Formats: sequence, structure tokens, C-alpha cells
Amino acid sequence: MRCDIVLAGVGGQGVLSIGAIIAAAALEEGLYVKQSEVHGMSQRGGAVQANLRISDSPIGSDLIPKGRATMILSMEPMESLRYLEYLSPEGTLITSSKPVLNIAKYPDLDEVLDAVRKLPHSILVDADRLAREAGAARSTNMVIVGAAAGLLPIEPVVIERFILKKFRNKGDKVVDINLKAFRAGREAAVCTPT
Amino acid sequence: MKEQVLLGDEAVALGAIHAGLTAAYAYPGTPSTEITEFLIRYMEKNGGPHAAWCANEKTALEEGLGVSMVGRRALVSMKHVGLNVAADPLMNSALLSIEGGLVIAVADDPGMHSSQNEQDSRFYADFAHLPCLEPTDQQEAYEMTREAFELSEWYRTPVIIRLVTRLAHSRAVVHLSDPVEQRPLQKTTNRAGWILLPANARKQWQSLLDRENELQERSDNSPVNRLDLNKADNSLGVITTGIARNYYFENLDDLTCKPSHLHIGMYPPPLDKMRKLAAHVDTLLILEEGYPLLERQLRGLLPRAKGDLTIRGKMDGALPAAGELTPDIVRSSLGLEPAQGVRVDGLPLATRPPQLCAGCPHCDTYSALTQAMAGFEKSVVTADIGCYTLGALPPYSTIESCVCMGASIGMAKGASEAGYRPAVAMIGDSTFLHSGITPLIDAAAGNTDMTLVILDNEATAMTGGQDPLIPSSRLEQIVLGVGVEPDHFHVVPAHPKKVDQLAAILRTEMEHKGLSVVIAVRECIETAKRKKAAAAVTAIS
Repeated sequence: MRCDIVLAGVGGQGVLSIGAIIAAAALEEGLYVKQSEVHGMSQRGGAVQANLRISDSPIGSDLIPKGRATMILSMEPMESLRYLEYLSPEGTLITSSKPVLNIAKYPDLDEVLDAVRKLPHSILVDADRLAREAGAARSTNMVIVGAAAGLLPIEPVVIERFILKKFRNKGDKVVDINLKAFRAGREAAVCTPT
Repeated sequence: MKEQVLLGDEAVALGAIHAGLTAAYAYPGTPSTEITEFLIRYMEKNGGPHAAWCANEKTALEEGLGVSMVGRRALVSMKHVGLNVAADPLMNSALLSIEGGLVIAVADDPGMHSSQNEQDSRFYADFAHLPCLEPTDQQEAYEMTREAFELSEWYRTPVIIRLVTRLAHSRAVVHLSDPVEQRPLQKTTNRAGWILLPANARKQWQSLLDRENELQERSDNSPVNRLDLNKADNSLGVITTGIARNYYFENLDDLTCKPSHLHIGMYPPPLDKMRKLAAHVDTLLILEEGYPLLERQLRGLLPRAKGDLTIRGKMDGALPAAGELTPDIVRSSLGLEPAQGVRVDGLPLATRPPQLCAGCPHCDTYSALTQAMAGFEKSVVTADIGCYTLGALPPYSTIESCVCMGASIGMAKGASEAGYRPAVAMIGDSTFLHSGITPLIDAAAGNTDMTLVILDNEATAMTGGQDPLIPSSRLEQIVLGVGVEPDHFHVVPAHPKKVDQLAAILRTEMEHKGLSVVIAVRECIETAKRKKAAAAVTAIS
């Protein structure tokens, strides 16, 4: 079993937290994990990408080869398309539909969303709205984790345990919001034919 | 056996702690920063070992030497270009009789994710005649750091651990082994081994050269430098170094015939094993993350005879000479078909370069600078290393240089003295403390006609917002202390409401015929936010 995930988004969106939660849960399941990140200058509001590899056998490369990714998990629709060459033809692209408009020449949003919809397997989630409904826009990344949950080799209950662990020191309310966001993401993905 | 999930950087830090580390010193620099961040967190929780940020990489290495001189173990960490700053103590420390183990962890940044060049630190190890260990994964990063301390004391030499971005910033499970105690405090009794007067230095240099054979033998016998010959086939041999091995293994299953393989993780390289492999195969492919160090040695100078070994690598275009390796690049060098991902033509994409955060104080300083420069027929703005280098990009596009830590000040001085004025230098508070004071002394000595702007955000922001080494308020005393005239020295808030005030002061000082210094001060928006969040968490609990 191999599950190779390209994580994408814009610096400051909590892209690395998505990886951290899934990685911790995968380790709990006794799986091999490698998680490659880029820190420093690239985090400053620019395009951010990270690689998360999960397997039941030892993993060689920290980087995912082209055409091998099981899924692209993205916090931003245009950013989700940037790494398509890494996605396996059987793989799924999961992205939040809300754009981050911090650049002058953002392409036509309808074209971007259409490109996502036209892929063989994609899940487009209004993660921003679901996160706000859960209680905080900041929990958008947990909606995205939820949307991916059905495709991960990990029991959702284990992921929930790590969401609890990650946010515990921020109080019960924050934990509750993030769990709600995660569950909303799961439901949204189930309702989307891929 | 205990295990822990660690970044490559953190594996080095914990390896050092478990090797009986006494003190660690560093200057922050991507991708090495997390080594010392881990050590500082560990110290805060456990009361030691001592870990501290330093003014720069040179002071860090010298502090490490002091620890070694009195018999204890020290770790000094930096990014690759930091090793240039520490090159003076590095080259000379090779001639010392190291007492307590001294390990220098250097994180290279091939591909320049967050750097101004992609120099390969293995060349420094070769140049200084220092042993160098290069881990392939987090586990080896932990184990090799421990081994490096042993090597350092056994051969009485500093040892370099070379990391690259993709290992430094990748996380995996590391199995830990039992920690050992710190070394006893015991000052060296070998004075001649630490006083590099010419007469001593000549002896030390000779013994260093004599040591080469021993190290060579160690390298040839090291299990890290592993040779696997395919006796049934001699068409292809592959040499891998560092993380290149991971990319090679990633593709190995797709090869119908397994090549003979030598992996090198310890330098000086194992020459016997390299010769053995070369004698066994027709073609040798060299996969190195970095510059072609081994490839150049193997190719040599003289042309090969017909039918002799064919060498492939970065020097003949089998692999690109620039940038980092990837599993895909290694795949194609092995002659395998590239794997196909999802291909869609005409995707609606735009580039998204990094930018200053919303509310960043540098935005206000750059707005003021743009305003102040309006109308000058000619002007030059030199800048430095930090978040404010992003002033090169729209909407500001103001700065005209970024070279190395502290260069802004010396370059503005040179441009001014060549006749190009007004000359303005932009430097951050941490970069100023790192390498900006000495060129300011040059400028103060001759009262150079230039304006220095210190963008004081009270943090080393680009590397994650480390606290300033000394309180920002002391910058003022430093600037006045080197002789900048108080009439031409100003401390102004960098704030949206104070842009006009800052612009007016900058304008006046740019018109002044002599040295002026303006400190534009406001805390980094990210560190301020973080402190606020931490205070909220404390309030909850």
C-alpha cells in the first residue's frame, strides 16, 4: 500500500498543518511516513507545496515522483492545478474552491474551477463556507483533511484523535470547531461524485 | 527501543544531545534553523545542554572551539553560505588538536529554495582536510551525528555533517539509542596544538597531512560506504552520495538489470572501493546532490583510451548541472521512461512569488523610501538578506542589490565614493548585527556620503522570527558608538500613519552630504501575532 499526497496552497494557509495531522495519524496506524516541507522564503504568501508519503513498507525518496501521487490536497483552487504532473491518472485532486487573490494577474476563477471539475477524479469543496459554519474560517484546512479522509489508509477516528491532540491546548471550543470542520469535509466529499 | 518523529535537522540536534553535547551555537539560516530551535526548546524544557543563537556563524564556530578546548562536546550549525562567514575559523581549526568533539552541521540548499547560491559544503571539507559525513535519511542524520563526535575526538579534528534541504526539512521516524554523559571538563594539555604560531602550525599541518591515510583507510572500511558488485553483469555501475541514494532506490525496481552500486556517506571518499567499482563496469553513473565533486576526481584530466570506462554525470549532461536532484531526474539518467502524470494543456495558472505579509512594517519603510527618492536624477539602493529583500518585487521594486550578509552597507559606500549619489543601504536589525557593524565603521571613518536604513523589526523574521540577540534599543548605542553624528541619526516608527514623517527624514538625509543612519522600527507582524496568541493560550489555561 502506498499513499502519496501532494499538499498545496499559499503560505500562511495552514498547508503544513494538514500534513502534520495526517502524518501523525498514519504513524499511529503503524505505517511508514515521510513528510517533506519547504520553509523560509517560500512561506511568505507565495505558492507552498509539501509532500507526504505513507506506506506499509519503507519509503525511499522524500519527494514524490511525477505521475505517482494518490492525491493532491489543496487549500486553493489555482494552486491545486500547479502540481498536476505529479498526480497519477487514477489519483484524485481535492481542493478548496475559494481563491487567494494576493496576486495581480489571477486567472478567471470560473476557468480555474472548470479545469478542476474536468479532471477524471476531483473533489471541489466550499471549505471556507463549511469552516465558517463550523465556527471559524481558520479551520478550513481541517475541512480539507475531512474531504480527503475517505481516500486515506487511516481510520477517521484516529484522525479525530489527533485533531483533539493538536488543538487541546487552545481550549474546548477550538477543538470542537476543528472536529466539526473535519466532519463537514467528510460529508461534503461523500456527496461529491469523483 | 524508543522512537520519535523528527525533521532531518532535529535528528542532528537529538543525535548531538544523546552524544553528550555540552553546548550548541548557531546563526539562523534556512534550511539549518530547526537544529538550534530544537536544541533551545530542549534546553528550556530540560535545563540543558546549553544552546544559543550567535551574532554570526564565525562567532558561533569560535565559541564551539572554546568548548572543545576545555574538553567538552560542541555542535555548531549553519546554512551553506554561513560556512563562508565561518571559513576563517574553519580552515584554521583543521590544524588544531581538537579536545572535546566538535561537529559542524551545515545544511546546503541545492535548488536555492531560500538562498542566493547552491554551493556544496563537501568542497569545504575537502579544502580544509576535514572528514565529512553525509546522511541519506533522518535515521542516519541521528546516527552520523553521534558518530561524528567519536570521529572528532579519535582523529582530533572538527567533523562536518552535510545536510541538504530535502533531508533537513523532511520528517520521519527515528529510532533512538541510549544517551551518553557529557565529557568531563578538562582543558587541553597540548598548548602547541592550539597556538597556531608558524612554528606550531607547520607541525600541525604536517600531522594533518599524515592523518589523511588513516582517514582514507577508515573511509574504505566504513559500512556507510557500501559497495555491492553485481558479479553477473558489468555494464553499469552507480555511485550515489547522500539523498541521491533515495532517488536511485525509488527507481531501482524498474531496472531489468541491477547495476553495481557504491554509496558514499563518509568523506574523504573510499578510493579503493571507487577503483574496484570502476574496474568492474563499462559505464559509471555518478549521482551526487550538489556540485560534481567525485565526478571531477574520477574523470581526471587526461583523455581516456578507447574502450575504457565511460563516466556519466553532471559534467556530460546526463544530469543537469544546476538545481537539486529529484526522483524524476535520476530516473531519466538511468535511461528509464519518464512516468506520466495528469496532463492538461492550457491550464489557467499564474506565478505566485513570495511577498511581504499584510501589515509588515517593511511595507511602510519601502513606501516612505519610494516617496523620498522621487525627483532624484540618479540614486542607488543596495539591500541585504532578509524579508526586506522582497522589496525587489512589485509593488515596491525598489532595491537594486542583494549579495551576502552585510553587503548593502559596503556597496552603498563604494557606489557613493565612485560618484553615484544618493546612495542608500537597506539592512535588517539581525543582519546588521551579523555583518553590518564593520562596514558601518568604514563609512563612519570617512564620513561617507550615504544613508543607512536599519529596518528594525525586532526579530530574525525570514527564518521564523527568532528573538533579536540583544534588545533593539541597543542598536542606537552601537550606531552612535562607531561615530555617526547624532544630528544625522534618527529612530522613526515604521507605521502606515508615519510614512510621511519617515519619507521627509529620509529625503533630508539623502540630501545631506555625509553619513546618516535612520532606524525604522516596528515589530514583525508575525512575531507580534504569535506573542498575542501565546498570551491568549496562557489566559485559557
